[in-house]
Amino acid sequence: MAVRTDPDTGRKVTAQGAGAYLGLAWKRVRGGETGVLPVVGGLILVSVIFQSLNGNFLTAGNLVNLLVQAAVFALLSMAEVFVLLLGEIDLSVGYVAGISAVAVAWLAQPQVGWPWWAAILVALGAATLIGLLHGTLITRIGLPSFVVTLAGLLFWQGVMLFVLGNGGAILISDTVLVGISSGTLPRLGGWVVAIVVVAVFGVIVWRRDARRRAVGLTAPPVSLTIAKIAACAVGGAALILLANADRGRLAPVYGLPWVVLLVAALLVVWAYLLGRRRFGLYVYAVGGNAEAARRAGIRLSRIRTVAFLLCSLTSGVAGVVYASRLRSISTSLDGGTLVLYAVAGAVIGGTSLFGGRGKMLHGVLGGLVIAAIDNGMGLLGFSAAAKYMVTALVLIVAVTIDAVARRRRPST
Amino acid sequence: MTATSETPPLLRLRGVSKSFGAVRALADVDLDVPAGAVTALAGDNGAGKSTLIKCIAGIHAPDSGDILWEGKPVTLRGPSDAAALGIQTVYQDLALCDNLDIVQNMFLGRERLRRGQLDDVAMEQDAARTLADLAVTTVGSVRQTVASLSGGQRQSVAIAKAVLWESRLVVMDEPTAALGVAQTSMVLELVRTLARRGHGVLLITHNVLNLLDVADRVAVMRQGRVVDVRQRSQVDERILVDLMTTGRTDREVA
Repeated sequence: MAVRTDPDTGRKVTAQGAGAYLGLAWKRVRGGETGVLPVVGGLILVSVIFQSLNGNFLTAGNLVNLLVQAAVFALLSMAEVFVLLLGEIDLSVGYVAGISAVAVAWLAQPQVGWPWWAAILVALGAATLIGLLHGTLITRIGLPSFVVTLAGLLFWQGVMLFVLGNGGAILISDTVLVGISSGTLPRLGGWVVAIVVVAVFGVIVWRRDARRRAVGLTAPPVSLTIAKIAACAVGGAALILLANADRGRLAPVYGLPWVVLLVAALLVVWAYLLGRRRFGLYVYAVGGNAEAARRAGIRLSRIRTVAFLLCSLTSGVAGVVYASRLRSISTSLDGGTLVLYAVAGAVIGGTSLFGGRGKMLHGVLGGLVIAAIDNGMGLLGFSAAAKYMVTALVLIVAVTIDAVARRRRPST
Repeated sequence: MTATSETPPLLRLRGVSKSFGAVRALADVDLDVPAGAVTALAGDNGAGKSTLIKCIAGIHAPDSGDILWEGKPVTLRGPSDAAALGIQTVYQDLALCDNLDIVQNMFLGRERLRRGQLDDVAMEQDAARTLADLAVTTVGSVRQTVASLSGGQRQSVAIAKAVLWESRLVVMDEPTAALGVAQTSMVLELVRTLARRGHGVLLITHNVLNLLDVADRVAVMRQGRVVDVRQRSQVDERILVDLMTTGRTDREVA
């Protein structure tokens, strides 16, 4: 491994060359900073198992279907990441999604006749206000988030049932609303989006790494920067090829579902907020050591309130997607199970329940694992009973991996 | 090294008193803390050391008495007032976030921004430079999380964090309390470096040997009062113990 001395600081700067850099990364993994590796490994394992049991699992049609199925789980898990990072929990996300779904469906029905965008805005606004209410109760009065959001789970379920009436349902006929989950981009559109995304990602990564190299900080070598961008391009191309393949049985069906794009876009925005903005850093700081954050002048109650607000807002997006997918909203929405899946997804993805560790991407990957189990076991003809049990086992395995990795981490 | 009559000391306390209910925690405390020297504050448990540094850090407001900063009376309404003057306090619990890396911890609450985004490159450079200036060379990468550091390294990071903020006076509460021998000497060396660089250092400790190693001036507290302030050359271990336990001594330096 090459070692040189930085002229400015006199510090030894190690690792130039891709091999050495990857070696350092591997050392971090061995040290317990496993990141997304376990969940990606799990996803591959689950895919291999289901594919070997049923050849339909890894077909283009099923994989795209799986992505659509995963959308609600992924969104709710992302929502949960905001508060899990603080070491808090939000048990109400399922029924906050329910409220949002009811709002959008009710406003967009022909008798009320609001345009789709206004209905969505009001639904997301309602979800945001609910988050603000939860956050305010938790921070201003100092109630535990577990209790406040447990009350939220009950209360918003009650509101949803009240609006829908006994056994009631509201159908969604608006084509745009339905199109969120069932509509697809044209083939060319998919390619355009992929190229733009890869280009923007490439420019950002290239400039960031180049700046680090220019000022002499530890940076990945050029070859690795190019490899990162190439991997992104290959991944994007694979996704578009997959989505553009004809997956119809009777009539041709192809194209990237809009909802996949929606989840990806929200992932990028939230990951940027958590990773590159001051607010995100403060979320990690509060989750890591609230007293240290307070002494650093961070306003804890504001960070906490905004995190709960963003959690509910993201749940609201999940509600709109949920209603869009079912083309209706009814009292059959099971917000209790949804919230458990949301927490499970975030934890399976690698987010710590104790605060301070986790990423938005973990929520999405965890949601994918849960959807994959649901989908794969459905293909194999298993009942809901078996799905629950297998999901539970995966959750236990995920937490075990984290606990073992944590033990190898240098002691604190 | 010591304050002369022309230049007022960095920090001067005059008649500072503080009571909690019936308990008189500080009684008419007079203390000077000059720049470029290590002033050690010794005293047994409950002597009032912690209350005194909390008054200096702006956490407690004194009931009476004056705090003078470079000769001018100041009122500290909170930790941010103290920080604005250039007073940084390193508490015993260090107040570091384990899950954040060294750079993030050093800049926590005062991040550099670039077009609204965190400017990681600039912060990393400054953090590395500060650590290098203080001759803290044992940490491998400034991008490793604090969780992976040893006790002495954490103490170093906490001190470097205080220095980063253009502090003039660094107050340290028992910086070596939880450290082994090698790490203790590393931190004490860092304390000396701070004074050499012109910082005023106020060091709270009840470890007499550490204190004699590192201090230029020694103030001894007992039952809420500063009972004696001496130059390092005027104290030894037995004199210190006498002062800490009884408030007076008949001994001479051997």
